[in-house]
Amino acid sequence: MNITLKVWRQRNPNDTGRLVTYEAKNVSTHMSFLEMLDVVNNDLVKKGEDPIAFDHDCREGICGSCGLMINGRAHGPGRGIATCQLHMRGFKDGEVIVVEPWRANAFPIIKDLVVDRTAFERIMQAGGYTSAKTGGVPDGNAVLVPKPVAEDAMDAASCIGCGACVAACPNSSAMLFVAAKVSQLALLPQGKAERTQRVLAMVDQMDKEGFGNCSNNYACEAECPKEIKVTHIARMNREYLRANLVEK
Amino acid sequence: MKLNAKIPAGPIEQKWTKQKFNYKLVNPSNRRKYNIIVVGSGLAGASAAASLGELGYNVHVFTYHESPRRAHSIAAQGGINAPKNYSNDGDSVYRLFYDTIKGGDYRSREGNVYRLAEVSGSIIDQCVAQGVPFARDYAGYLDNRSFGGAQLARTFYARGQTGQQLLLGAYSALSRQIKAGTVKLYARREMLDLVVIEGQARGIVARNLVNGRMESYAADAVVLATGGYSNAFYLSTNAKASNATAIWRAHKKGALFGNPCFTQIHPTCIPLTGSYQSKLTLMSESLRNDGRIWVPKKKGDTRKANDIPESERDYYLERMYPSFGNLVPRDVASRRAKEICDKGMGVGETKLAVYLDLADAIKRLGKNVIAERYGNLCDMYKLITAEDPYEVPMRIYPAVHYTMGGLWVDYDLMATVPGLFVIGEANFSDHGANRLGASALMQGLADGYFVLPYTMGNYLGGTKFKPVDTKHTAFQQSETKITEMIKKFLSIKGKRTVDEFHIALGKILWDYVGMARNKAGLKKALEMIPKLRGEFWRDVNVVGSGNELNAELEKAGRVADYFELSELMALDALHREESCGGHFREEYQTEEGEAKRNDKAFSYVAAWEYAGPNKKPILNKEPLKFEYVIPSQRSYK
Ligand SMILES: Cc1cc2nc3c(=O)[nH]c(=O)nc-3n(C[C@H](O)[C@H](O)[C@H](O)COP(=O)(O)OP(=O)(O)OC[C@H]3O[C@@H](n4cnc5c(N)ncnc54)[C@H](O)[C@@H]3O)c2cc1C
Ligand code: SF4
Ligand code: FES
Repeated sequence: MNITLKVWRQRNPNDTGRLVTYEAKNVSTHMSFLEMLDVVNNDLVKKGEDPIAFDHDCREGICGSCGLMINGRAHGPGRGIATCQLHMRGFKDGEVIVVEPWRANAFPIIKDLVVDRTAFERIMQAGGYTSAKTGGVPDGNAVLVPKPVAEDAMDAASCIGCGACVAACPNSSAMLFVAAKVSQLALLPQGKAERTQRVLAMVDQMDKEGFGNCSNNYACEAECPKEIKVTHIARMNREYLRANLVEK
Repeated sequence: MKLNAKIPAGPIEQKWTKQKFNYKLVNPSNRRKYNIIVVGSGLAGASAAASLGELGYNVHVFTYHESPRRAHSIAAQGGINAPKNYSNDGDSVYRLFYDTIKGGDYRSREGNVYRLAEVSGSIIDQCVAQGVPFARDYAGYLDNRSFGGAQLARTFYARGQTGQQLLLGAYSALSRQIKAGTVKLYARREMLDLVVIEGQARGIVARNLVNGRMESYAADAVVLATGGYSNAFYLSTNAKASNATAIWRAHKKGALFGNPCFTQIHPTCIPLTGSYQSKLTLMSESLRNDGRIWVPKKKGDTRKANDIPESERDYYLERMYPSFGNLVPRDVASRRAKEICDKGMGVGETKLAVYLDLADAIKRLGKNVIAERYGNLCDMYKLITAEDPYEVPMRIYPAVHYTMGGLWVDYDLMATVPGLFVIGEANFSDHGANRLGASALMQGLADGYFVLPYTMGNYLGGTKFKPVDTKHTAFQQSETKITEMIKKFLSIKGKRTVDEFHIALGKILWDYVGMARNKAGLKKALEMIPKLRGEFWRDVNVVGSGNELNAELEKAGRVADYFELSELMALDALHREESCGGHFREEYQTEEGEAKRNDKAFSYVAAWEYAGPNKKPILNKEPLKFEYVIPSQRSYK
């Protein structure tokens, strides 16, 4: 099939950027979306033109590198998948596809479709851990974690840090990302000791980075490739409330 | 060169304990005076950097990724081994040691492997304390499963995302140290050279991938945790950016390369569909517990799988290996699949695939049970192929997955360049000629959490350092050399893209240095690779400039290194006139078609020394001695 692409091109952070049209010919339905872009890029290089820059690595939905707005949707059509798991069979011959980077003040554009998500790093550094030093920890079975708790924690822990939640949110809120980590560590007994400082520090850093507020829009859950539930945001809100009380 | 593996004397159970006692220490208040560079932030790099930071050293971590959490380790699915014996099935440190030596087909060191087994239990404890949500039972105890044909249940797992959870654990420890100021992170930086001054590794030169600037960093020691080189083959299960540049350039600065031809081919991957394909996806081999592998008996059978009656199917693994059946080790399963496809019995559009059929298991256990066990794998398969594995058999084919070879290191994980340490998949150490399932995660974390922090102290505590900074001419020379190389790439302006060259190189490797190798083929590869390399340097087209984010330029440097490394892989495979583990030389097989080792002549580590451009590398040998696990022929009949 043949596809028309309108791709956001921006040479560097200071460039204004624009949508540029490309024709992708003879696209196989077996291709992944990123493989389709590979082919477009290969042709661009052959013509001596600058290929489209986009982040990607594992190409199996786990590293969180990829992330494109495809026809206005974070990670494109389909539920529970990252951009790299999107295949061309879902598109129609002759379709026009608009491809843009994540748009959020806290995620400045580096080039074309590549954005800077290091705001997430700083939030993690603020408190996304337990302070267990190497060595000197008890046996893995010393503290029991019942299966349902472990499963809930695992649901939250499966966040890949892609930023789709932020891109999908009309307020560019990072609540789902932060809540996933806060919730995982609040659920597990190993994380309980530091729950107060953790939630306060992480939320504080989130605000400093310029992410917006949550207005219960739930677009984050709808576009999250790992289908992380907004119930984790509710748990974080409780944690935050509790922490404020404990602190005072 | 005289290789000294520095394996401590004494009984195997006491080697590590005694050695730790003998190691020199660095006083806690002195540690911050030492600068350590860690390149790589996968399981090995992140765990090492966090632990060294906790000890109080000044650690500098480099990764070409945007964040440490994106490292390739994130993709590991199946699990991590530890002989905790929580399952009460008779596991022990000794048994894991034994299995790993045997699984590696007697091409690894007893001393190292015993230590690996010994520290692996602590890894689980550490990860649990970090908040890694391992699978648990209803009472809250850690759950274990059996994995990769192991006879007991010693594998810890977090759904099908074990690597992700372990890496996020190490990443969180790393983040904590970054906050504490003991670790500094340099993301989107690619190390392009190792700087050696007066025989010691004293720093690196890296390219800032965002603005293209060359940056020099000086230190007292350099740790490479840069992963494996499966991507030399172009198509592999590794992440797209995984590459060999760091270890290859260190090799050219004097670090010997151990067993480069030892690569692992994983039997159960989703087959290739077209020339545009960018990578191969692994399907966990746990599928072989319930899936039956078959091909049609009739050559060129074009019927749909479900239309082929039972009597016209060849369940070839069950036929050839009545006792192990579909559960034969990775290397055996892979080779048989290739053979059967080479005979023209393959299925699917490309005929390069065999069926893995869950139908009988569904009949026996019900769809629910199968969905519970393999639901996420079936979903993944469906997402990629648009076929429903509950209805039609999956098509699978082997793919390059892991490299046992890597930079040679001694017991202290130090390369032949003093002050250069190599950990994780980047070193050659613990898996011999074949890695067992769920043991790479174990090794990476063992190296990073529990081995390097001690051996590093010993090195720093016992070494005199002259003050060195980045004004030293060695840094300038490296920067100039790399800048010249980049200029050269940008000036060729040829007709073929970097990927086109990489695909062509990958095909040579797959055809002649892949699953089954022979003398004629290897010789052919050794002619074809330099020829293609010549064309690459004349006809590649790298667009854009050197002072911006430029993925083509990044790839060009990596592919240039693959060309050189590939030649060494072929040379190593040619020189090793035996079959062992993942290295299968067609000339050396038993009557049953199994790998036939030649312990008399080849019971050694081949450690290759760089001799200069276009010069034949020099072979050094580290003899392997087996005092505890006496080599025998593997048999899975
Ligand atoms: C699909 C798949 C599934 C697997 N499943 C399992 C499993 O179930 N159990 C198991 O035990 N093993 C498994 N493995 C193997 C295992 O995942 C790897 O061997 C292991 O994670 C390697 O870890 P590492 O830390 O050595 O390297 P990596 O995780 O590859 O990290 C390399 C790091 O080095 C950095 N780097 C590399 N070069 C440079 C450079 N020049 N400059 C700057 N930075 C650089 C990268 O940015 C990255 O941070 C699997 C592998 C694959 C491909
Ligand atoms: S919560 Fe979901 S969408 Fe947000 S970063 Fe994590 S995986 Fe991505
Ligand atoms: S490329 Fe890794 S999640 Fe898409």
